[in-house]
Amino acid sequence: MNIFIPTPLRPYAEGKDAVEVNAATIAEALDGLTKTYPGLRKHLFTEEGKLRAFVNLYFNDEDVRYLADKEQTAVSASDTLSIIPSIAGGVAVE
Amino acid sequence: MSAFRIKRNVYDSIRAHGEETYPHECCGALLGESTPNGWRVTEAMRAGNTRTDSAHNRYSIAPLELVRIEREARRQGLEIAGFYHSHPDHPAQWSATDFAEAHWLGCSYVITEVAQGKAVVTNSFLLTGSTEEEKQFVQESIQLEE
Repeated sequence: MNIFIPTPLRPYAEGKDAVEVNAATIAEALDGLTKTYPGLRKHLFTEEGKLRAFVNLYFNDEDVRYLADKEQTAVSASDTLSIIPSIAGGVAVE
Repeated sequence: MSAFRIKRNVYDSIRAHGEETYPHECCGALLGESTPNGWRVTEAMRAGNTRTDSAHNRYSIAPLELVRIEREARRQGLEIAGFYHSHPDHPAQWSATDFAEAHWLGCSYVITEVAQGKAVVTNSFLLTGSTEEEKQFVQESIQLEE
């Protein structure tokens, strides 16, 4: 499957905007990606190995958090995974 | 101070967006190309503000909308260079919330002060640093291009 890399993470993936990985599940795909590009790991995951709260993963047009099998969802070569850091802000302080 | 280059019509359009949504915050993405001297923005894509609960002082772009914006950028051979939003009746300076919620390292965050419905000051801040823990906003000069 193809994993789309957002602008801020491209320096850690040799400048690529997309990386092709062979994987059976989303988790395997992420594992393959971070094995090839270890520098991506700390930007995607906390030290405990959990996906950082502000990192969104979209499997085609679906938020991985809301898929029944989440990261264990099966993938095929034609699927895409988009890594999208969140965008928010504003005047108010919470 | 590093430079942030943007086409004049794009600059005008993001300021107009802030006037249109006043007294609510507007938001959108900036598309362009990376050059050795920094970003050169050639297009802006408006986004909906999902914070309808507090749109006068908060903004958020739905991730799926970002996914689609990135697809469009890719189709045009451009990159997401940064994002813009407005501060209704507040200065064009980043807030603590803007900083806490900024995660696109290496991208520019453009803020326009809209006072009484009129776009006044627009500033750009580059999110520098190589990790979330050491990120910083650095103001950059805006250079308009025809």
